[in-house]
Amino acid sequence: MGFIKGLQDSFRIAWKDLLEFGRNRIGLIFLVLMPFFMLIMTGFIFPTSNTYTNVPVALVDLDHSQMSHQLVDSIKEMNKKTDMMDLNEVGSLNDAKTLITRGQVYGAIIIPKGFAKNLTAGKQSNVTILSDNSIPQLSMAMNGIGSAVVGAMSSYMGQANVQMLALKANQTVDPKAVIAPLQADVKGTAPGNLNYFDFTAPGLLMMIVMMGAMTGIPRAISHEKEIGTFDGILAAPVSEISIILGKTIAQTVRGFIQGIVVMVIAILFFGVTLQLSSVPLAFGLLFLGIFSFIGLGILLTSLANNEETATILMTVLQFPMMFLTGVFFPIQQMPWFMQDISKIVPLTYAVSAMRKVMILNAGILDVVPEVVILVAFGLVTLMIAIPVFRRSMTR
Amino acid sequence: MTEEYAIEVQNLSKKFGDFLAVDNISFNVKKQEIFGFLGPNGAGKSTTIRMLCTLARPSGGDAKINGYDLLKQPDQVRASIGLVSEKMIMYEQLTAAENLRFFGNLYQMPREKIDRKTDELLALVNMTKWKNAQIKTYSTGMRQRINVIRAMLTEPQIIFMDEPTLGLDPQTTLSIRQLIRDINKNGTTVILTTHAMVEAEALSERVAIIDHGKIVALDTPQNLKKLVKDADLTVISARIPNLTPVMAEHLKALDCVTAFDQQDAYDIKISARGSEGFDRIIDSIRHDGGNITMINTNEPTLEDVFLSVTGKAMRDQSEKPKMSGRRHGPWGAPRARVR
Repeated sequence: MGFIKGLQDSFRIAWKDLLEFGRNRIGLIFLVLMPFFMLIMTGFIFPTSNTYTNVPVALVDLDHSQMSHQLVDSIKEMNKKTDMMDLNEVGSLNDAKTLITRGQVYGAIIIPKGFAKNLTAGKQSNVTILSDNSIPQLSMAMNGIGSAVVGAMSSYMGQANVQMLALKANQTVDPKAVIAPLQADVKGTAPGNLNYFDFTAPGLLMMIVMMGAMTGIPRAISHEKEIGTFDGILAAPVSEISIILGKTIAQTVRGFIQGIVVMVIAILFFGVTLQLSSVPLAFGLLFLGIFSFIGLGILLTSLANNEETATILMTVLQFPMMFLTGVFFPIQQMPWFMQDISKIVPLTYAVSAMRKVMILNAGILDVVPEVVILVAFGLVTLMIAIPVFRRSMTR
Repeated sequence: MTEEYAIEVQNLSKKFGDFLAVDNISFNVKKQEIFGFLGPNGAGKSTTIRMLCTLARPSGGDAKINGYDLLKQPDQVRASIGLVSEKMIMYEQLTAAENLRFFGNLYQMPREKIDRKTDELLALVNMTKWKNAQIKTYSTGMRQRINVIRAMLTEPQIIFMDEPTLGLDPQTTLSIRQLIRDINKNGTTVILTTHAMVEAEALSERVAIIDHGKIVALDTPQNLKKLVKDADLTVISARIPNLTPVMAEHLKALDCVTAFDQQDAYDIKISARGSEGFDRIIDSIRHDGGNITMINTNEPTLEDVFLSVTGKAMRDQSEKPKMSGRRHGPWGAPRARVR
């Protein structure tokens, strides 16, 4: 009987919370806007593929030979087809440097003096790629473009040379096979063409829902304490467990709604593909993620006696979680100590499992380690949190 | 014995860290009585109420509420009491009906009964047409009325009210007081805290004066006032336009003066003992060259009782926290002299 009353009370508290939440228009708007902004920002900040278009680049010919003119023309010719660069021909090295310093171009492709001489002597000739290496991302982009251009030109010239030699030797050869006998055929294990949104969406989904559970409970309770309504609930014949369960249910429902919003936005606007068959498992993982964070949420509730403290505690925990758990950046990219930290945060496992399921269409067996860790984390934190919470309620 | 009392409190204490907010108090509240807790802010009134409502765990002592043990039967205690707290217990985004339904449900009230009581209570406070309006659209007076009927919804035997008229305009205050009397007439025991003397006097059958966590006096307002008279106390208000600190010091130093309160630059209030007290006070003022433009001896009020039992005016204390810098801490200022 007590158990049933406890459950009923939980549902009543949850319903009341959701009703309040539903009446809060600004809250509802942000429920949709927040994931939208998150997806836009994280999705567009990082290059979604390796193709560049209209990158401003300076082109300098210091050799002024027939061959260098020919090279400049071929580069322009190639660029006309690909639109990779926005070429700026300048007369001297200093002019190119000035443009780079002023930020008007990403970098410069420089044909140095002696270019033609080396080539005619049958030697390799250099083409310099100059970039502003104080901005690593720009520098990397410029190096990529420069190498692509030089590679293309080099292979084009090489093929011409091979063809000439073949003609002389009266042999038929495939010039491409001579220049580059090996070619990389790049494929992924996930079907279709993936972009950065595909990488972020599962993590973002998981993060929003789990953080909702972790931060929502303390915020909801400390808010009620602040405005005084919590006394009304505590002075009623309701058990502490019902209160915490009720708050958790409300936050879970809220997190789920937000999760679905994220998924729909990702699919409709950002071209993320979701395998229909993996939807049930994805939802299961969302639940598990919430479960694993409830203990932490309750613990924080016990520690935070007012709304301000609660918010500060949340921020301190949320920030590293966003960046350390592989939601936006792959963990493999981080230095070892950060990788170690990320290993103790449950969100990491939830995100990795979710990514496997949503993108790679993994089955339950593929995510067993993650599931075990999440369940264990949830149980341990709950066992610590509930006694602490009961004590903190009647201080 | 138990039958007679709604609340029996024994040696109840509450410590916050080193600070003793409630210091070993014992008292009984009779059934169907309006019992007032009078004291300055921070005296321990609210803490006592919070403990009796199971919202704060006592550091020591015990209490019986409606015959239930406060510590061992908290759920029975909760089911039999109602709380009107200083902050409103109502969700702003919900309507009055939704709020009342939510709380009624937590008390396991049947649905029809909740609906019936809701209509009844809203009619009682003339707010029937606001039934389905969100609380955030209410005026302060309406909020307090709905806050009071929330506690009445579950038909508790005892209703605790923490400063029920704090910050309300005179009209609303009167209507809330009338409501409290009505609640009481229906057989409900009412415990209320207040720092307003008038309120305690107007409502309570018995008043406990609490100061620094201790009950310093407990009786009916009439008897409390008699206490002042019986002690042969004279309460004198005087206006001295050229009042100086030296003059005040001399007055305080008189051995017939039991309490001294300077209300502003030239108004003072003095309690004096003995038949010649009045003369000696006037002599002292004249001796220091003071001009008395007005002097009264008053019928004692609860304020005088407070002054006489604690040796200081209540108003004094509520202004001191700023100086001591502790919200619940003991006041930093030295107590007025009591001889």
